[in-house]
Amino acid sequence: MAVATDLAPEVELSGIGKRFPGVIANHDVDLTIRPGTVHALVGENGAGKSTLMKILYGVQKPDDGTIGIDGSPRSFRSPTDAIAVGIGMVFQHFMLADNLTALENAVLGAEKLHGIGERARSEFVAISERYGFGLDPDVLVEELGVADRQRLEILKVLFRGAKVIILDEPTAVLVPQEVDALFENLRDLRAHGHSVLFISHKLDEVLAIADDITVMRRGTTVGSAVPGEVTKRQLAEMMVGSELPSPQTSESTVTDVVQLALRDVTLADAAGRHLLEGVSLEIHRGEVLGIAGVEGNGQAELVETIMGMRSATSGQIVLGSEDVTSWGTRAVREAGVGYIPEDRHRHGLLLDAPLWENRILGHQTRPPSVRRGWINRAGARRDTQRIVGEYDVRTPGIDTTARALSGGNQQKLIVGREMSGDPVLLIASHPTRGVDVGAQAAIWGHIEDARRRGLAVLLISADLDELIGLSDRIEVILRGRLVGTFDPARVTPQELGTAMTGGDD
Amino acid sequence: MALLQRMAFGILAPLIALVIAVVATSLVIIAAGSDSGVGDFWSVLLTKPENRIMVNIVDQTVMIYLSAVAAAIGFRMGLFNIGVEGQYGLASYAAATFAGAALLPGVLNVVATLVVAVVVGAAWAGIAGLLRVTRGVSEVIATIMLNAIAAILIGYLLDKYGLHGGNQVRTRELPASSQLSGWYPFTHPDGPVWTLGLLAVLVGVGFWLLLNKTRFGFDLRATGTSPSAAVASGIDVKRMVLVSMLLSGGVAGLIWMPAYFGAAHSYGTTFQAGLGFTGIAVALLGRNQPVGMFFGALLFAFLSTQSTSLTFATDISPSVVLITQGVAVLAVVIAYELVRRYRVRLEQRSVASTTAPTSQEVPA
Repeated sequence: MAVATDLAPEVELSGIGKRFPGVIANHDVDLTIRPGTVHALVGENGAGKSTLMKILYGVQKPDDGTIGIDGSPRSFRSPTDAIAVGIGMVFQHFMLADNLTALENAVLGAEKLHGIGERARSEFVAISERYGFGLDPDVLVEELGVADRQRLEILKVLFRGAKVIILDEPTAVLVPQEVDALFENLRDLRAHGHSVLFISHKLDEVLAIADDITVMRRGTTVGSAVPGEVTKRQLAEMMVGSELPSPQTSESTVTDVVQLALRDVTLADAAGRHLLEGVSLEIHRGEVLGIAGVEGNGQAELVETIMGMRSATSGQIVLGSEDVTSWGTRAVREAGVGYIPEDRHRHGLLLDAPLWENRILGHQTRPPSVRRGWINRAGARRDTQRIVGEYDVRTPGIDTTARALSGGNQQKLIVGREMSGDPVLLIASHPTRGVDVGAQAAIWGHIEDARRRGLAVLLISADLDELIGLSDRIEVILRGRLVGTFDPARVTPQELGTAMTGGDD
Repeated sequence: MALLQRMAFGILAPLIALVIAVVATSLVIIAAGSDSGVGDFWSVLLTKPENRIMVNIVDQTVMIYLSAVAAAIGFRMGLFNIGVEGQYGLASYAAATFAGAALLPGVLNVVATLVVAVVVGAAWAGIAGLLRVTRGVSEVIATIMLNAIAAILIGYLLDKYGLHGGNQVRTRELPASSQLSGWYPFTHPDGPVWTLGLLAVLVGVGFWLLLNKTRFGFDLRATGTSPSAAVASGIDVKRMVLVSMLLSGGVAGLIWMPAYFGAAHSYGTTFQAGLGFTGIAVALLGRNQPVGMFFGALLFAFLSTQSTSLTFATDISPSVVLITQGVAVLAVVIAYELVRRYRVRLEQRSVASTTAPTSQEVPA
């Protein structure tokens, strides 16, 4: 397209404020993006980054402050307005239609720009070549890997004429090698005069790619920095506002008692495809076994099979000395398996029920919540009070509904609940996803303590630092198979990344 | 204080809904332009009911309440048992046939008949439950179709085995020793409050206990609010579906029993159809809560019974109260949601204020 300006629009946010009921998501936010730069916005989960992006992209209207694009003030009623002035956004969760081709996905909703025929195709190919995306316009999206889907999302945004591209945690779904490739693409974009707003909380990446860095904490911008003049540690401390926690396993507490053993476990779906294939593993008492893998390679299925939510097609699962292969979830839980689910809203909580009722969930057959089929209200309430105290759940009381708590406090409640009743095995799926730093450190601490007391832990996480920091041993899962065992004391994220993708590229 | 606030919130939504329903009904009457105006309509409805009608309201409340509880058992777990109508129809027919056969004497016959009613109601609902659990058939479809099948089945059985008299057909008369008329608060012609009205009290208390005090009730509510969390917590959802369908159908089986033993004494033209659907509306109105549904049942019983007086005093059709009832149900759904959102906001604010971050030094 012959665009009149070669200068990318400069974005200037000043004094942005946004309040939700009970929450101040943003206040006094100032952010300036220079033309032709990669600008990193860093901050912990819940620092207000997402809200700010949504404001810039027109999804939400700010309560205070102004948005200036290219020097003139703008107000967006919807993303359409933002797109019209050259702002594009790639969400963390891709918005692609699997059953359409790459080209069709790019054109969808932007038919007026370049038509739906040859003109659109040549525009697609031109963009793909200009920035080295290497995307085939006719491939079905369902056949694309995560990295290609992300490139397609970026291409979609460019197809709509975006000069400023917002990327929401683009590396969260990528393995290290793919991250490098993405950064190459970003450098090309920058060289062509685009500005990129890069949202992340991974500081290594930020320091590697950004020209400018803005740090957010507790809803506001707390400072800015230039890579090269700031260390990772300084940045982290700006984000956290205090000492920086990191998972750190002390000396090994691994015993030789096997608590959980999987032997050749295979799980097939209705169509006969193998979701898990020949999985064998052992976890000892006092051991944390980490499972590394790109999401969607069988981690969820592995957990659900052990928990009895799915039944293995073949193979054997042994808990302690009992064969639990065919047990239902309740029996598995009663045998002392604690479960921190991946999606706490869907699997871990009754959002509209008070905290003390949530204490009962998953423990319906055990004291102190239940006695011979009757709910022991007093017992459940007392124990909830204990969890709130011991696990530092910040809440006005135990009659508050779970929905009203922040993610970190919800998770602390779940961790406290699952640690109750002397579990022998803890299955922790992404235990610190989406929680703030304080809660993260606390949860790590609780897992450490429990491990020291002899708990066996199966830890699934997408955060390689967490895996390396907490695990005694790491297994890599790829397409439903365990493909390698690593010693966290020696392995590097790069090595894990190679194993996670199959190792060839 | 917290309790008072909770009660206030509980009352707020139905109150809003009632006001909207009254306004809507008035507007319809005005728009229809009858000779007697809105004023007449409301003055008829709001005069103190005659003794006869008051008794009638109580008896109707009992049956509507039972029906509402039957529907609510399913609703609380996210199951839409639309088949209460068919379940209580078939159960009433079976119970009346059994009781009329007088296999047992006196009160024993009553007890056994109630068991038959519960079992038949549960079995009929259980068909839908089984289909859902084994074949994945939506219980909405299954129960609606079972309603039709029940109606046809009753017609067939009644025609084949019933007593034909004139152009009417009915089951064998309940022996006098098993008849339970009830308590006469006024004169004899004003009629009795049926003995088995006690069933409504028992079922209401039982429902409350089950829901709030037992593990089964917890599992039921958990499954209703979040099936995924229920599965992860170890609840066998299939079993819950089946058991709650059976319970729902079992309670449905009792709906018409007070009338049967109190007044009808046989199944025939005396059978009161339609209570199954009224119960669904009342369950919605009372938000599936034991106490809420009682007031809902009372309101519905009052409106439909009191409105019969409209025929004498005005030229407005008693059917107009159907509009009041319908609008109330629609409005209450919206009102509950609004009140719920308001409460959530209040609560989030209270959480935010108790857990407010302490201000920290900001490094430059």
